[in-house]
Formats: sequence, C-alpha cells, structure tokens
Amino acid sequence: MGKATGFLQYQRQAPRRRPADERRRDYFSVYLPFPEQELRTQGARCMDCGVPFCNWGCPLHNNIPDWNDLAYHGRWQEASRALHATNNFPEFTGAVCPAPCETACVLGINQEPVTIKAIENFIVERAFCEGWIRPVPPECRTGSRVAVVGSGPAGLAAAQQLNRAGHDVVVFEKADRAGGLLRYGIPDFKLEKQVLDRRLDQLRREGVEFRCGAHVGADVPVAALRRFDAVVLAGGAGRPRDLQVPGRELRGIHFAMDFLVGQNRRGAQDTPGPGEAITATGKRVVIIGGGDTGADCLGTALRQRALSVHQFEILPAPPDERAPETPWPLWPRMLRTESSHEEGGTREWAVATTRFVGDGDGNLTGLDAVRVGPPPDFTPVAGTEFTLEADLALIAMGFAGAAVSGLLEQLQVGFDGRGNVATDDGHMSSAPTVFAAGDMRLGQSLVVRAIDDGRRAAQAVDRYLRGRARRQFRADG
Amino acid sequence: MNSHKGTCPAQGSRGLYDPRYERDACGVGFIANIKGEQSHGIIEKGIEILLNLSHRGASGCDPETGDGAGILIQIPHAFFRRACAGLGFALPGPGEYGVGMVFLPVERHQRLICEGIVERVAREEGLQVLGWRDTPIAADAIGRIARATQPYIEQVFIGGAPDGDALERRLYIARKRMEAEVAQSEIRDKDFFTIPSLSSRTIVYKGLLLASQIARFYGELSDPDVSSALCMVHQRFSTNTFPTWRLAHPFRYIAHNGEINTLRGNAAWMAARQATLQSPLFGADMGKLFPILSPGGSDSSMLDNAVELLVQAGRTLPHAMAMLIPEAWAGDPAMPAATRAFYEYHASLMEPWDGPAAIAFTDGRVVGAILDRNGLRPARYVVTGDDTVILASETGVLPLEPGQVRFRGRLQPGRMFLVDLEAGRVVPDGEIKERLAGRRPYAQWLRENQATLEDLPDPRHWLQTDLETIVRRQRAFGYTAEDQSAILAPMASLGQEPVGSMGIDTPLACLSDRPQLLFNYFKQFFAQVTNPAIDPIREEMVMSLATFIGCERNILDETPEHCHTLKLEQPILTNSEFEKLRRVSWRDFLAITLPVFFRVGGGARELERALQELCRRASLAIKSGYTLLILSDRGVDEEYAPIPSLLALTAVHNHLIREKTRTQVALIVESGEPREVMHFSLLLGYGASAVNPYLAIETIEDMHRRGLLPERVTLEGAIENYRKAVGKGLLKVLSKMGISTLQSYQSAQAFEAIGLNRSLVETYFTGTSSRIEGVGLDVLAEEAKMRHARAFGPAAEADPGLDTGGRYHYRAQGEYHLFNPDTIRLLQRAVREGDPGIYREYAAAVNDRGRRLCTLRGLMELRKAAHPLSPDRVEPANEIVRRFATGAMSYGSISREVHETLAIAMNRIGARSNTGEGGEEEERFRPDANGDSRRSAIKQVASGRFGVTAHYLVNADELQIKISQGAKPGEGGQLPGHKVDEIIARVRHSTPGVPLISPPPHHDIYSIEDLAQLIYDLKNINPRARISVKLVAEVGVGIVAAGVAKAHADVILISGHDGGTGASPLTSIQHSGIPWELGLTETQQVLVLNDLRSRVRLQTDGKLLTGRDVVVAALMGAEEFGFSTAPLVALGCVMARKCHLNTCPVGIATQDPRLRGRFQGRPEHLIGLFSFIAEEVRGYMAAMGFATIDEMIGRVDMLDTRNVSRHWKAKGIDLSPLLYSPAVPGRVGRRCTSAQDHGLGQALDHELIERSRPALEDGTPVEATLPIRNVHRTVGAMLSGEVSRRHGSEGLPEDTIRFRFTGSAGQSFGAFLAPGITLSLEGDANDYTGKGLSGGKIVVRPGAGTGLAPEENVIAGNTVLYGATGGQAFFSGIAGERFAVRNSGATAVVEGVGDHGCEYMTRGTVLVLGATGRNFAAGMTGGIAYVWDDTGLFAPERCNRSGVDLEPLVQEADRALVRDLLRRHVEQTGSPRAARILAGWEAQSGKFIKVFPREYKRALGIPLGAVDGAVDGDAAAVDGDAAAGDGRGAGADI
Repeated sequence: MGKATGFLQYQRQAPRRRPADERRRDYFSVYLPFPEQELRTQGARCMDCGVPFCNWGCPLHNNIPDWNDLAYHGRWQEASRALHATNNFPEFTGAVCPAPCETACVLGINQEPVTIKAIENFIVERAFCEGWIRPVPPECRTGSRVAVVGSGPAGLAAAQQLNRAGHDVVVFEKADRAGGLLRYGIPDFKLEKQVLDRRLDQLRREGVEFRCGAHVGADVPVAALRRFDAVVLAGGAGRPRDLQVPGRELRGIHFAMDFLVGQNRRGAQDTPGPGEAITATGKRVVIIGGGDTGADCLGTALRQRALSVHQFEILPAPPDERAPETPWPLWPRMLRTESSHEEGGTREWAVATTRFVGDGDGNLTGLDAVRVGPPPDFTPVAGTEFTLEADLALIAMGFAGAAVSGLLEQLQVGFDGRGNVATDDGHMSSAPTVFAAGDMRLGQSLVVRAIDDGRRAAQAVDRYLRGRARRQFRADG
Repeated sequence: MNSHKGTCPAQGSRGLYDPRYERDACGVGFIANIKGEQSHGIIEKGIEILLNLSHRGASGCDPETGDGAGILIQIPHAFFRRACAGLGFALPGPGEYGVGMVFLPVERHQRLICEGIVERVAREEGLQVLGWRDTPIAADAIGRIARATQPYIEQVFIGGAPDGDALERRLYIARKRMEAEVAQSEIRDKDFFTIPSLSSRTIVYKGLLLASQIARFYGELSDPDVSSALCMVHQRFSTNTFPTWRLAHPFRYIAHNGEINTLRGNAAWMAARQATLQSPLFGADMGKLFPILSPGGSDSSMLDNAVELLVQAGRTLPHAMAMLIPEAWAGDPAMPAATRAFYEYHASLMEPWDGPAAIAFTDGRVVGAILDRNGLRPARYVVTGDDTVILASETGVLPLEPGQVRFRGRLQPGRMFLVDLEAGRVVPDGEIKERLAGRRPYAQWLRENQATLEDLPDPRHWLQTDLETIVRRQRAFGYTAEDQSAILAPMASLGQEPVGSMGIDTPLACLSDRPQLLFNYFKQFFAQVTNPAIDPIREEMVMSLATFIGCERNILDETPEHCHTLKLEQPILTNSEFEKLRRVSWRDFLAITLPVFFRVGGGARELERALQELCRRASLAIKSGYTLLILSDRGVDEEYAPIPSLLALTAVHNHLIREKTRTQVALIVESGEPREVMHFSLLLGYGASAVNPYLAIETIEDMHRRGLLPERVTLEGAIENYRKAVGKGLLKVLSKMGISTLQSYQSAQAFEAIGLNRSLVETYFTGTSSRIEGVGLDVLAEEAKMRHARAFGPAAEADPGLDTGGRYHYRAQGEYHLFNPDTIRLLQRAVREGDPGIYREYAAAVNDRGRRLCTLRGLMELRKAAHPLSPDRVEPANEIVRRFATGAMSYGSISREVHETLAIAMNRIGARSNTGEGGEEEERFRPDANGDSRRSAIKQVASGRFGVTAHYLVNADELQIKISQGAKPGEGGQLPGHKVDEIIARVRHSTPGVPLISPPPHHDIYSIEDLAQLIYDLKNINPRARISVKLVAEVGVGIVAAGVAKAHADVILISGHDGGTGASPLTSIQHSGIPWELGLTETQQVLVLNDLRSRVRLQTDGKLLTGRDVVVAALMGAEEFGFSTAPLVALGCVMARKCHLNTCPVGIATQDPRLRGRFQGRPEHLIGLFSFIAEEVRGYMAAMGFATIDEMIGRVDMLDTRNVSRHWKAKGIDLSPLLYSPAVPGRVGRRCTSAQDHGLGQALDHELIERSRPALEDGTPVEATLPIRNVHRTVGAMLSGEVSRRHGSEGLPEDTIRFRFTGSAGQSFGAFLAPGITLSLEGDANDYTGKGLSGGKIVVRPGAGTGLAPEENVIAGNTVLYGATGGQAFFSGIAGERFAVRNSGATAVVEGVGDHGCEYMTRGTVLVLGATGRNFAAGMTGGIAYVWDDTGLFAPERCNRSGVDLEPLVQEADRALVRDLLRRHVEQTGSPRAARILAGWEAQSGKFIKVFPREYKRALGIPLGAVDGAVDGDAAAVDGDAAAGDGRGAGADI
C-alpha cells in the first residue's frame, strides 16, 4: 500500500492559511484549498504501519492508513467510503479537530507527521463536490422511535446511525437552528456554516426529523419524550466554569461562549439572543483562558476590530517542542499556535487574575493580575502584580458539566462525580430508556470524541431496542 | 519413516506424546553376486557393510541398545535342511517350502496360542506346517532395553503347495490372515507377534540391535552353510528409544532410508480403494488380505505392504516400484514420450508415495534400489571385477583394492538400479523403463480416454458477478476490508502471495472473540530434520499441481478405462470453467450440485442435521450414478447460513470413506468462503479435487471495477494472477512438507487442529491431531450465525462497508494484538526512563488475561507456595539474565547498529546474542577499546551458510543450527539485492547488489542422521562451542527433539509459531507452526520418557514478552529463554512491519543509511528490559517458593488451568495434556545435568593436528600420507579449527599442511578446510566433501592403477562444497547431486555432476568437464560456471535458464581462466580428460559454455540480453516473474 519510500522523498506540507492581514477582515475560512497533486503527495508519506498509532490516537479509530493510500492513488470515491466507515462527519473533524492522530503518527518519532487532517478534509470536500455524499435511508423501518435531545456532533452522529439502522429519529434542538456547538460555538472562520447545513440536509433527507426551537424541559415538556422508545441525551456540557474574584459582577465581563454565539448568530443574519449581544469593536479585550475557546474569542475579537486583545493563561508557557513527560505517541504538551494567534493579540502565561476593576459605575475598566508559579499550587510570585486596562473580559475557562436544571432534573438522571450524566456500559443513564452521549456524558471534550460517543450510544440504543423487540416477541408469542 | 506404534508393551500416547509421529532414518545397502552365485561370504560382507554404516544409526539412553538393524538373505536351504533334520523333520527341495521368521510372545501359554493360530490358518489355506524351529539367539549380545522387550523368535517351515509364485501368494494370504487374527484376538501380549518374513525365497533377520550385535545375536548367520547370492542390510536411526523390534528393517521386500511424507493420504486412499480391489490371482481370497496396510506399522512397513500387494497381484517388482515412487515425469523434457505416458497413465491409477527415499528392494530373484524424484537420499554403488555389486548409502562400506573396481556409480533421482540374479546381469535404468513403457499402449490409451478442461464444451452461460449483493455475501462469509487490501489485492495485481514481517501476536482462533473461519483453527505441518522441505521455485521440475478427476478403478488391473479421467493442470477453477464441470456429460462423467446450508436460527442442532442430510444426499447421488459431487454454498439468504466449506467437505469425505464409496466420486467445492492459500490447502488436503472460489473471484471483479487494483491489470489478468498466486502458494505449502505433487497431498491431512474438540475431530477430521480440546459444532454454528447477522441483521445497513479486520495490521476496532500502541509505548517509556513502575504497567497490560485471551499461557495461573520465600533468598537478577538470549536476526535483515547494540548489551550482562544467518564482521571478534564486545556469542548456521567460515565458527560460544524458523518453518528466504551493500556482501562472501537466496532445506540435512553428521562437523571445528538445534513447534516436535538429542545436540531450541521474521508469506506467518507451550511441553515429556532430557538443555522462544512468560516457560521445561521482538521494541521498533521493504521508520530492519541514522536504541535500553523481566521473574519465584530457576524447570504442577476462562470459546479447552508429567524414577533427569558424548575422541584429526604442530606453531610445512575409511568422518575440520584459532581467517600460506590419503573418505571430508591445508585423496569420497570450504584445498582422484576412466566414474557424493566460502577443489571424476550448492567463493573443477549443480551459487568459479544433471544453475545469482558440453544437451535440457545467460567462451579472459584451471586440474589430479581437452584446445574450446547469472551481470554493470553470440536465441527469455516475483516474495531471511 501507499508508496513505500514516500516518507523519505517528500516533506510534510501543512495546509496553507490565507495571509493574517487578509483573513482578519472577514469570517471566511482561514485555509486555502489544498492542490490535489500536492495532497496526493502528502498521502504518499503514509507508511501504512503495522501498528498505526494514528488509528489508536484517533478517538474515532479512523482507518487512516487506508484512506491515505486511496488519496495517494487518487481514488477519492473509495477514500470517501473508507472515511465514512468510521466517521459520520469527516468535514467537521477535518476542519476543527486538533488531530491527535497526527501527534501519534509514527513519522512523528523522527520527522513531521503525515497531514492526516488535511487529507481527511480534502477527501470529504471532494466527495461533496462530486455528489457522492447522498442520503442513505434505511431499507426498512423497525418501527421504534428514538428522541435525540441536542444536535451537536454527538446528537447528530447518534441520530444518523440510529436512523440508518431503521429507527425513526426525532432530534430536539433548543436553538432555532440545528448544529449545537458546531453552529454556535465555533466561529465561521474555522467552520463555515454551509458545511454544517449540507450535512444536516443529508440527515433530513435520510428521514431524521429535526425540531428546532424545542427546548425539552423548558418549552417542550419532558413528558413528550415518553412517546419514544428511547431517548438519547446529547445536550452538551454547557455550564461554563466561572472566575470568582472580586469585581466579577461588573459590566463588561462575559462568558466566552455568549460572545461567540452572538457573533455566530450575526454571521447567520440572525439576531443575537439576550446576553449575547457582545462586541469587541473598539475595546480593550482580555480573554481569561488560554485554550481553544480563548483562541476563538481572540480571532473573533480581532475581526470585530478590538483595540487590543490580551489572552491570559494560568499555566506557564509550554515548551516549543513536545514536553518530555508526554513522549510520542501521547498528546503532547507543547506550545500551539492557532490561526488566531497569528492574527494578533498578546498571550500572557502563568498569570492569574486576582480582581476585576470597575469605574465606579459598575463598568469594567481593567483587572489586577499576578504572575504565578507552576501547578498545582500556582503560588503567586511576590512583586509581579500588575494591572491591565480592559473594557471587555471574556471568561474562557472551560466548562463544568451539563446544565442540571430543567431537562436532566425532570428526567431524574444521576450524575457522576464531575457533574456529567452517569451511564452504565451501555450508555444508559439511571433513568430507564434514557441514554446519554457526548459532552453531556463525558464532560467537555473534542468534536471527534462527541461523534465517537454518539456512534457508540447509537449502537447501544440499537442493541437495546432489538433486545426489547425480542423480549416482547417472546412475551407475546 | 513415521512409525505408527511402538511394539510390546504398547506405548500409548501420554500427555502430548503421540507415537504416530515417531520418525527415523537410516543407512541402507546390499551386496549381491550378479550371477546369482550363493556363498556365505556375501553374508559376511553384508554384515561388514552394516558395521561400516553404524554411524548412521543411533542408540538411545542405553548405549548398548540400538534402534534396530537387520539383514535379508535368500533362504539358506542347505543350512535349514540340516538344521531341520536335526529337529526331526525333513524339508522338501529348495523353493518348495516357505520359511517364516516369527516374533512371538515370550510367555509360553500365549505363545502357544499364537502358534496354534499360525498352524490353523496355514491348514485352512491348504498349506502344511512342516515344523517349528527355535531360532538360536545369544540374549547377552544385546542391550538391556532390547532384552527387556525381546520377543520369542522362532522359524516356521511351511509346505504343501506348488512352488514358485503360487506358493508365495499362498504364503502371503496366510501371513495376512495370521497377522489379522492375532491382532483381533484377546491375547494379552499380542503386540509381540510379527512375522518379519514368510517366503520360499527370502528370510529376514532383524531386531532391536546394533550392527555389531547382529552376527552374535543370530549365531546361525556365522554358519558356513548359510549362504545367499544377496544380502540386504539396514541400520536404523530412530527418534525414540522405545522398544520397537518389529520396526527394524528390512521388511519383506524393501529396506528404506527416508520418510514417506504423504503416508496419511496414501493410507487413506489405500483403505478407501480396498472396496474396488479384484484380481483373478486371488479371486474370492481378496478379502483375506484386508487390511492391505497393516495398522500400527511404520511408513516403510506400509509401503512394503503396498509393494507386496502389487507384486503378488502380478506386477513385477520394478513395475510396482515405478508406480509407487514415480520419477518427476511431468517436468523432464528429456524423458522419452512412452515413458512419460507410462507414468501419466499410472498417475490416474494412484497417487505417488512421496518423500525422501532410497529404497533397496528384492524378491529374492532380482535386487535393486530406487531413489525418490528429488534424490534426497544418497545411494552409491560399485561393480567389481568378480561380479559383485555393492550398493549403500555411502561409498567405501567395504574395503576394496583399487584394481577390483570395475565401475563406480550412484543412483540418480527417480532412477532405478536393478540386478537380475537369474539373468546374471545389471539392468540399466533406461532398459527397465523402456520395458515398462512398452507393456501396453499407454500413450494411445491416454489420448483416447483422458480429457482436460479445454476438451469440454464451453457452457452457454455461467453465473455472473452480482455486484448488488456482493457486500452482503462477503459479510456472510466473513470477508474483511483487510482480506481485500492485504490478501486479494496483491494476489490479483502481482500474482504473488503477499509478504509480511514480524510474526503474529494475535489470539489463537480458539481464543479469539471474533468469529473465525474454520480454516483458522488449523496449522500446517512442515518438514524439519527428518525430511527436507523442497524449493518449489528453484526445483519446480519436481513439483506438480495436476489432479485427476474421475472414479477410481481396481488398481490391480490395467485397462484403457483406468485413465478415463479429467486432468486439471491445477485445482482452482474460475467461474466459467467451473460451469463446464457442473454441466459435464462425457461418458460416465456426471455432476450433481449439493447445497451446503443450515438454518441459522437453529444452532448446532440444525448444523448437525444439515450435515447428516448432506451426507445422505451424497450417498443417494452415488447410488444414482453421479461421479462428481459439487458441494455448493451459492445462494445464502436471510434464513440459511453456509456450512463452513471445510466442514461440509470433510463430513461428506469421511462419510463416504466409512461407506466405502469414496473412490467412486470426486468432491468439488464451490464456495464463497475460501480466498487465501491456506483455505485452498485445507480443502485440497482434506480431499477436494478442485475448488471454485466464486466469491473471491467476484470480489476481485468488484475491486477491479472500483479501481482498487492497478490500472494496468485487466480483469482477466487479475483473475489469472490470483489463480497463479494461489498455485504458487499451494506449491509452497506442499513443498514445506516435502511433498512434490498435489495428487499425493490430497487427503494427506497435513494439518494439526488447535482448540477443536475431540468429538468434532473424530467425526469430521478423522485422524487429525487436536490436543487441547475446545470448540465444537456449537461454536462453529455460533460463528456462522455472527457472520450471518452481520450480513442480514437489522443494523447491517448503518455501516455500508466490511469489517476492518486487523489481523495483519493492528486496528483499534479489529483483532487484538499483544503488541499494540499501549504495550509498545509503555515498554519503550519504561526502558528509556528506567522506570520499573512503567514496566509494571506494561507487564500488566501483557499479562492481563482477564480482559483478553490471546495465548495458551494466558489461560494458566501460577500456583502460589504455602510459604513464599523472602525475595532476598531468590537467585539474583544478574544470574537469571544469563539464561537469556536474543533471537537470530541477521546482519542484513537488521542494520549494523542494531546488530551491534544487541551484542554489546548481551555481552555486558553475560547473556547471548545471535548472529542470525548472515555472518559477522571479523573486527567484531576482538573487544572494543572501552571493554565492550560486539561479538555475538551464538553463531548461526542456517541453510544459506552465509559467512559460515572456519574463522566464524571458531569465534563462537554456541553454534546454532537453524532447522526452521517460527514465522516460516520449512521455507527459505531471500535477501533482496537492494539490501546487499558493500559490507553485507563482504560478510556474506558475495557481490553487492546480488540477491541472496537461502534454500528451504539445509542441503546437508535431509534426515536425522544427516543432522547428527552436521553436529559432528561443527563440534569438530569448534569443540569448545555448544551445538544448538533450533526447531519450530508442531505436533511431533518432541519426537524430533528426541532424535536431535540422540544426534548429540547440546541445546534444543523450541520456537513458537509466532516468532518474527524479516519477510515471509502471510500464509506462513499465520498458519504454520504452533505455540511454544505445546511444543515445549511435548518435548519435555518425550525427552523425560526417553531418559534423554538430562543430556540437553532446552530453550524456548516465541513472543516472550514478560517475566511471567519466562516463568511459565521454565515450569514447562525450558532452561533458557530467547527474545527477539521485545528487545527490538525496547530499542525503538514500533512494529511498522516494514522489514521486507527496507523502509523501517526507526532504522532497525533496514540498510538504508538515511533510516539507519534514525536508530535511537542503546544497550542500556536492552539491559533495562532484561533486568525488569528478571526482577519480575524473581517476584514470581518468591511467591512460588523457588530460590533458583533450576528448581522450577519442568514443574508443571505449579501451573493451574482449572479456571480456564468462561469465555464462550475457550471454556471447552483442556490444557491438562500440557501439564502431564511422566511418572519416571527419580534417577531420570528432568533438566540438563550432564554433557553429551560427541565421540570426538576417535577423530582422525587428533593425529593430523599432532603431525601439524610445526605448521600450527611456526608455519613450518608438514606433509604425511595416511589410509582413510568411510568411518573417518569430517576429516580436516578440527585441524582447520586449530588453524583458524591461531592464524585467523588468513590461515597459513597455501600447501603449508599437506595430507595425502588413500581409500574411501567418510562424509564431510575436508569440511571447513582452512587456508594453508591441502587434503588429497586417492580413492573416492562421500557426501558433503568440502562442505563450507574456507580457503583450503581438496584434491580427489582415483587410486593409481585402477584402470578406470575417471570421467566415467563417480568419485564424490552429494552436496559437495556446500556453502564453500573460498579455496580450491579438484575432482577427477563425477560428483553427485547439488555440486557446489550455495558456493560463495570456492574454485572447483569436476568431470561431471548430478542434478541441481551450482544451485544457489553466489560467488566462485566452477568448471565442469562433462555432463551435468538437470536443473543446473537454479537460483544461481553469482559466480561463474563453465561447462564443457560434449553432447549439446546442456543448453536445451540440463540448465535451468531462468536466471542465467549462456554464452560461448569468446572473451580472452574467460579462455585464459579455463585453460589455467585445466592446467591446474591436470597438475593436481592427472586427469586424462582435462589433458585431452588442453591438447585439442582450439577445437575443444568451442564446446565450453559460460554460465553467467543475470543478477551478477546486473551488479557488475554488464548489459543484459545483448550478449555476443549467446547460446541459442531464447537465452534471454527470462522468467521475469520468477525473478522479480521472488525478490518481493521471499524477502530477507533473518
């Protein structure tokens, strides 16, 4: 398979981004299209390892060597088939996945890894382009009905798998458009929303019913779920972690997700909801939290023409290369530079915010911070206190589990120690016929894990439904 | 000769020991007076021959008890008349009575019952017992064990019928009845009863004797009245030491040296065809002869049974022999057409009895010998001036004055040597064959009665590929994406079996969670030690895939209808071809299709019912006159699942055998299931005549349509490629068993099942070995159901594709692998960071058998001691690691950096690294400046003998003979040219860029006594090194190991099937060999039972990964432990499985300098690994209460298997046979406590060394003349060891030490001869002359005054100059088969050679001044040969031109070289032929042909093809496929 010596002949070619100056001015994808020939050459670098660590590193266990080889040979349709065998939505992961496959790639031991993610993305885009991605409705229906609550990657994956297995699937989405975090959490420049829409279209045509603006537990009574043979909870882990320091009540301090959702609604020509109408335009912005969400806020703030942007991270700056305690093939601790970081802003490491400062009218004017030592103690370093002027502070410190009130409370599901819905091995929660998937079960995680968990949940639900049918059949007979 | 059963008292199977797998080999010979004149002297000389063949036999734990010896002579009438008169009864005239040699129970009462049966049966057969005679014996002449089991020996004299053939036939019927009646009786000691001979012409004296004992034991043999015109002798070397009087040779007609590999198939067919046997000579008596093959006999005794049936039913003895052991008729262009027709006709009658065989045969009137088609056993003969002919496994078995010899010859492959004592002459082979071929118009019969597929009309339509349903059907038959990409794609695009590396680490089928195809529960047999594997590529001429379909007829008759068969050139049918068969109606050929499905919801009960129904329908079809039964699983649907095709086949096959109708039909399998070579091997090996793999073919079409095959390949081409790949694969499977023809492989059942339960095996796989129980019909039904659900279950739609597979390459969602990302990363991190905590995580991940079942050891628990030891009382880790060795990984397969790192690490901790097969650079023999040593303690000697020089051998602590290798037992290998760089070429004594081929067998080990010889050779050259023999586990390996122990190995290594490899066909990696747990425990049990355990050390290897693995191995009997994969992983290997592609991403298994630079491993990593393992071992030892490893060895009682998991498959497994511990007295050792006696004391070399002192010490030339005999073996090797040790590889200046010998030299004359030594011999030499010649000089010429024309006489045996690396050799005379095989540097002149000359040669120069045998230059990739071709036959018939160009002698350099060699030859030997050629140089030089390997040319940069005046135009017709294909196919041999 592949080209035996490809990795010796060719260098890694990462996908090219548009110039930072240019892309800062719009919300289009930061990436330039990958020329086909170059991409095939990248596929040739795959060694088709006997133990493909990429396949292990990928939560979906994508059969990466298989489609790398097909890409190398330009057999795009077969590649798409192989890609979809394990991943319902390669275009999502192809766009936003941090690619733990690449950091596990065997080439990474002593060379640059294969550009797996770019290949994945190319294959699926090509497949859409060629019209190979068509609805795959089931041949026959089982008659079982499944409700999926939440239309993020986990919910969508579960819905598609269950529908294809012949069950009737209804997806409840509290927002007025489906997609969950994919639509509202991820800025357009990282995932253009038509990518999401064309996939939703496939699901609809396959027979999945979407009920948007249907907030189960709020405007849809939980009782409505009783009509279903099974329920899959895929509502995400939306409860943001807060920063409880003096001054938190000041105006101008927001959760990152509210800020991002607002921008995404505007991008879709919708009106931002209450608490989401936040802009960074002309403001001095501080983002508290150095992760991906923080980076998304950074890119968005820059696009909104903030005066300045600072991004605080409490951890010390990671090394430029893989840190020794995370050797290959583990997910490395190392400095990552997202596209947003190229576009501007200042990153501050080992900084803890001690106080928000207001102007006396309840408006934020700045924050007090201090340099800290390494984890787990984060001991403040005496004499390093400083103050930063700011008009807008965005808290991007991650999430603390699922929103308990409403749906989950009414369903009376149990929780695990980390505030996530607890399930047994078969994804079933403590409430009978109620299953859970994605961040709601796992806690905040990657899109790729959400898809994987959605698929697994679907498998569990299918097994459950078929077993129940058998049990009924026996009882009847 | 696989003995079937020991004699009295019967040795049943115990634990894993199964007497069915006993083997032996031997020395054989005869002496006869051509004119038929009887004399006592013939017998005396016969016994002397036997004595001089002693070294070919063996003794077991009791040195006074031999494995068996015997002689066969004509009835000494004068003696018996006298003796019987003394007993009070008179004998009629010579030939008018028969004499029976009878072995009887010792206990009087039981003996009398047996005698009574003999007398009654004789009477009932119209014969009359004239009297009995107690055969006088000297009981004290034999050993303790032989005495303990000695039968009562009597002679019975029977008359009363007309003489001649009628009397013989009557005696035959009577004997068969007597044997059968006693066998069926209730007599307690009936196992004693045997009738070694009952004839009016010949008598056999044999027993559990040493050659030296026979004359004293049977005192009458010394009586001057005992006279005969012939004396056939046999000396046995058996793997066991159990008493086996009856298995001594000769039998009634034959004495055999070799082994019948196809015995199971032959026996099965013979049993099946009993129903059709008819002969006017026997009439209604036919049934009295059944069973034709006496149960409990050895392969040789069964062959003897077959011979006597054919002879008694009217065929001549030569006819019977030619029928049973045919020549390789299909591949020999030089064979006369009539002879070929004779063989082809007889191929329709019966399958060959295939295997290495030199068989001496006689009926008292003719005496002769025949050699198998491969010529795998030696047979030399001499005709003397006084009309005596002597034939034996060796030359020189009788001292002869040079003037006495009229002719010296050798038996050639497939040829027959016959002395007609009545006509008083030697009948040449050509005349015998001509006479046989002329018996009937065979060619005409064939023309009129035999058809091929092409002769059948094309079908109007056939079932086309159905792409709509293909995925569903693929799922129903368990197809995975990997089956397509890893198996079918390479086969369909390249016509090759796919190649992989690094062995297997997946669960056994019986432990896998995934539904397995029934095929996966079986493992292939392979040849090791007792018979050789064949090279199906280089020696294709002996191989054949042809099968004959048709109903069998009475083999005792000979009619045109007997060849009314359909001949298939190969057994894999395409969908359209198959349709021809389905619709065939041609004379009595009529086919019927029987569906093979079962109702999937009904489980095992439905499956069983469906099988019964299938059998019933088969019987009905036969009654209705159908002759072809097609078992078809076309048409799977929602409700019905296919019965596993193999199960359907064996159900019908065994049913019809029981019903005695099997030979009336051919079974043909039409199935969607088979796709890999292994699948086809199994179907054919269990009795299918042909297979139509329709779904595999459809899958190829689907892949072709989807663009998954290369664009250049057409659909037809793809299917043809696939079929070709299967064919090649089948040949490989056959050949690794040592079987040449598919016809004799069919029904040979050359497989072992692992984890199938007894009732399943007994019903459906009768006769197959399955030793640990396990899976039954219920699980097979469940697995079929799981596959079916995947195809038709409700959720099947959600995922459109096939399951990923993950067998060959890891996939997270696929099959489990012991080496997976988690274990690899943990192990690497543990050794790099030196962190015992991480190692414990790794070990836990491997040892955790609760989660995943993978290995047999994983099913066992270690018992804890009631009183654990405190850890500080346990042997320290630095002692334990001394028992560790790294595996044989050659420099060439792995990079120099890795090879040296392994050596340095192992030397630092006092353990052993292994060179592997590839030599070692000399500079590494000296320590480095920092005190490290890069010298590998173990030097391997493998079939390629690369770099095996005298100097290499003396620089070893251990010499390891690799018989087989876990990943590809029974196969050779190839180091592709691109891996042979400058240094590797130097170390391997070859040319950079030229590919190097390792032959499948060691060409000096075709049998157990050959192995003993090689061990003796190696011990001679380096007496300080211990000799180790590496075997791979398979059923019967324990018995082979017992033979190896008797052949004086110091260490026996039992490798598991899962060992790694640099390159091997996936079929071999996956499907041959068995886990070491089975092999090791069997070996331990057999060695203990035989009291051989105390003289050898046992080592085991095969994916040993943790300390727990070591502990289990020790408890099972291993003293030492080998590791390969784990060390490589510790050094950075990530199991990329790219070894065969030279693209190892971490610089380990590669020679690419760019990649080698990436190697990050350090000796410390390896040392860390072994310390961790040793510490883990210590932890277990403390818990188990063992202070030392020695205490643990063989303590199987500390293994607990009671809690074999509740896994749905594994729950039926019974491991108790592994834990059997033979109940033997305390004095019988269970571990090694003493050393072998290698018998070096008698070596002639002690005297040579003594005489060479001045030369050894200060280079003063020495010279001496000595007599030599065949019992002087390996002359010159010990002396060479001395030279190399003192003077390095350079040795001494030419001719510093010169010895002249007169007589017949024993085997391995001049082995490994070092530079500076010259051995010249007047007389002749045996096999292996100049083996491994390392720079010395050997000269062999006829003795002065013989008057023989040297160029017409055989002067040296087989396999001369095998693996020579340098030096010179001159032979004035003809040498045997495989002259200069694998020569890599020697210069040799010879005046004629046998078949396969210069095979696998890689360097050096060979000049042949005379005729060559067939297949010259096969696999030759380097060096040059010049052949003086007087007859013009060389180019068209004799040379294998697939890899060489033939050119005339035009270039001046060549002409000068040849002239120089001729001059030197004359100077050294006085050769008259060389002198004549020189004298007529201008005329003669035109007869020389230069044999120039194309690979060598390429490496030298000489353009191919465009050669001036190439010898005949098609010289450049390269079998590109064989050449290119091989390169990919075989890969590096580790």
